[in-house]
Amino acid sequence: MSPAEHGFIRRLRLRQLPVMIGLVVFWLMLWGDVTALNVVVGVVLAIIVTRVFYLPPVDISGRVNPWWLLRYLGYFLRELVIASFQVAFLALDPRGVPHSSFVRVKLRTKSDFILTMVGMTISLIPGSLVAEVDRYQSTLYLHVLNTRTLKDVEAMRREVRWIEELLIRAVGDRNDLRRLGA
Amino acid sequence: MNLDAILDGAALICLALGAFLSMAAGVGLLRFPDALSRMHAATKPQIMGLFFVLAAIALDQRSWVTVLILIPVVVLQTLTAPISAHMIGRAAYRTHNFSDEHTLVDELGPAVDKATREQRRRGPER
Repeated sequence: MSPAEHGFIRRLRLRQLPVMIGLVVFWLMLWGDVTALNVVVGVVLAIIVTRVFYLPPVDISGRVNPWWLLRYLGYFLRELVIASFQVAFLALDPRGVPHSSFVRVKLRTKSDFILTMVGMTISLIPGSLVAEVDRYQSTLYLHVLNTRTLKDVEAMRREVRWIEELLIRAVGDRNDLRRLGA
Repeated sequence: MNLDAILDGAALICLALGAFLSMAAGVGLLRFPDALSRMHAATKPQIMGLFFVLAAIALDQRSWVTVLILIPVVVLQTLTAPISAHMIGRAAYRTHNFSDEHTLVDELGPAVDKATREQRRRGPER
């Protein structure tokens, strides 16, 4: 093994260390008990999982803005609660079933991580789910429940772009931040 | 009124809210017109419903061990629900498992048509 190759593998291991620690802690949480056996089994499982289900490393900007992160979490939790009850009442509404739409939303980000986070957020908030993703165009195609008029469609588009902005300001990289300003 | 009574009351309310949302999810599953709309009912109020039930358990048990076991449940549910919703939603769209009558606008159709045409032009990949 050449020295360069060796260094590369060591960097890869180092990068996987947080994932490994996270997996072991997760395993211990599931057992609700910290014993030597649990830790050993957890480490073995973490190694197997990261080898067998190998995923390419995620590019995270490393920048965190606590204020915008807090705003994002606040927005997300508020929407989660409100929309949960909205969809629940929609299901029970005696006036009939809702009309839905497929909405195309072009995002500004070029980061896979932000794109994924926006998609996850949209999908967790009731009333919308990601039906298709165009990664190269940074475009999400959403299925949106209860769109009575085209105004509702536009409102949804604005909402998604606002979620994107919150996420970019919270954890996005400099390039994405610049794209927001443009 | 002591703290135990207040926490018991909070657990009761959480459990009732969780039960309501889960019931609404079931009703939505029956009433919504197509596979995609049903996905909304099946995945979404149910997530919040689960959170409420878990919160009720935590408030009732009042032990750190219980909370530590509940956290992985919340994390796994939060990470996996959008993915299953997306996979089923995608399949439902491609097999046209949605009702045109209940669709206001479809901005995905042209993109899928274009992709299909390009694939035909390039010929089969396998």
